[in-house]
Amino acid sequence: MNLGYLLISAFLMFIATLVPRFVPFVFIRKKISSPFWKSFLYYLPYAVLAALTFPYVFYSTGSVPAAAIATAVALTMSFFELNMASVAAVSFLVAFGLGFLF
Amino acid sequence: MNTKSNFLAGLKKGIPVAIAYLAVSFTFGLAARRGTFPLWFASLLSATNLTSAGQFTGIQLLGLGAGYLELSLAVFIINLRYALMSFSLSQQVTIRIRPMTRFAMTLFLTDEVFALANEKGAEITPAYYFGLAALPYVGWQLGTLVGYLSGGVFPASVIAAAGIAIYCMYIAIFLPPLKRSRGICIAVLVGAALSCALYYIPYLNKIPMGFRVIIAAIAATFVAAAIYPKKDDPSAAPNAECEGISPDKEVSK
Repeated sequence: MNLGYLLISAFLMFIATLVPRFVPFVFIRKKISSPFWKSFLYYLPYAVLAALTFPYVFYSTGSVPAAAIATAVALTMSFFELNMASVAAVSFLVAFGLGFLF
Repeated sequence: MNTKSNFLAGLKKGIPVAIAYLAVSFTFGLAARRGTFPLWFASLLSATNLTSAGQFTGIQLLGLGAGYLELSLAVFIINLRYALMSFSLSQQVTIRIRPMTRFAMTLFLTDEVFALANEKGAEITPAYYFGLAALPYVGWQLGTLVGYLSGGVFPASVIAAAGIAIYCMYIAIFLPPLKRSRGICIAVLVGAALSCALYYIPYLNKIPMGFRVIIAAIAATFVAAAIYPKKDDPSAAPNAECEGISPDKEVSK
C-alpha cells in the first residue's frame, strides 16, 4: 500500500463520514413525511450491520469453527440482552480458547 | 446555566462513553496493525472519522485493495445512520447556533454522543454538546494508539481472537431490537442472507466486498420498509447503537 493510496483513502473516508453527519444538521429544515422513507432510514443501520457481520464474522479469527461457535455465543448472549462489553469479552475468550482446538 | 457549567455537565456525562470507546478503539488499533497499516494512518482515521463500523470496514476494504468509489460508497452507506441522528438533533437545538458551530458539532456526532444528547431533550447548547463529545473523542484516539502499540506485545493467538470483538458489537446492536420490531427483524435476516449469498455464489462473489455489503443492505432495507412502513416517527429516537435503550415503539404480538 503506497502513501498516495492511503492519503487519498483517508480523505475519502473523512468526506464519506462527514457528509451524512453535517448535511441534515446544517441544511435540512423540513421533516421527511413519507412513511416508507422514514422506515427505510430507520431500518438501514440494522441491515448494514447484519450484512457486515455475516458471513465475515466466521473468518475474523483465523479459525472458522472457533469463530462460528463464538458467534453463536454472541448471538445467544445478545438475544438475552446482555451488555455489549460482556458479549464481546465472552466471545473473545471462546474464540481464543477454541482457537487452540480447531 | 452558563457556558462553563454546561460544558462541565457534558464532560461528566461523557465519561462512561469515553471508557467504552477506549476498549473499541483498542481493537481498532489492533486490527490496523494486523492489517499492516502504519500507525499514523490508524490515528489519522480515528482523528478524522470517529466511527467504529466505518473505520473497521474501511481498513478491511483497503486490505483487499478496494477502489476509491467502492471505499467511499461503502463508508457513506454505513454512515448514513448519522444523517438520521443529525436530522433529529437539528430539531432539538432550539437556540440560534451559527452555521460554523453547527458544522463543528456534527464532526463529533456518534451513536453514543447522540444518545446522550437526545436524553437531555430540548435546550442542547453547543457547550454541553462539546462537553459530551470531548472525553469520548480523547478516549477514541488513546485507545487506537494503545491498541496499535500493544499489538506487538500480545501473542498472535490473542490478536487473532480479538478480530471477533467488533462483530460482537454489531451483533449486540442489531439483535435486541430485532425481537421487538418485525421490520428490523426482516432487515437483519434478509441483509445477512443476501450478504452470505453474494459472498458464496460463484460469479456474484466477484463483486468487490464493499459493493456486496451495500447491495445486500439496501435490498434488505427496501424489503423491510415495503412490508412494514412504520406510522410513528422513527427519527424521535433512532439510537441505533445505544445499549439498553429500545428505540422501537412497535410491540410484537
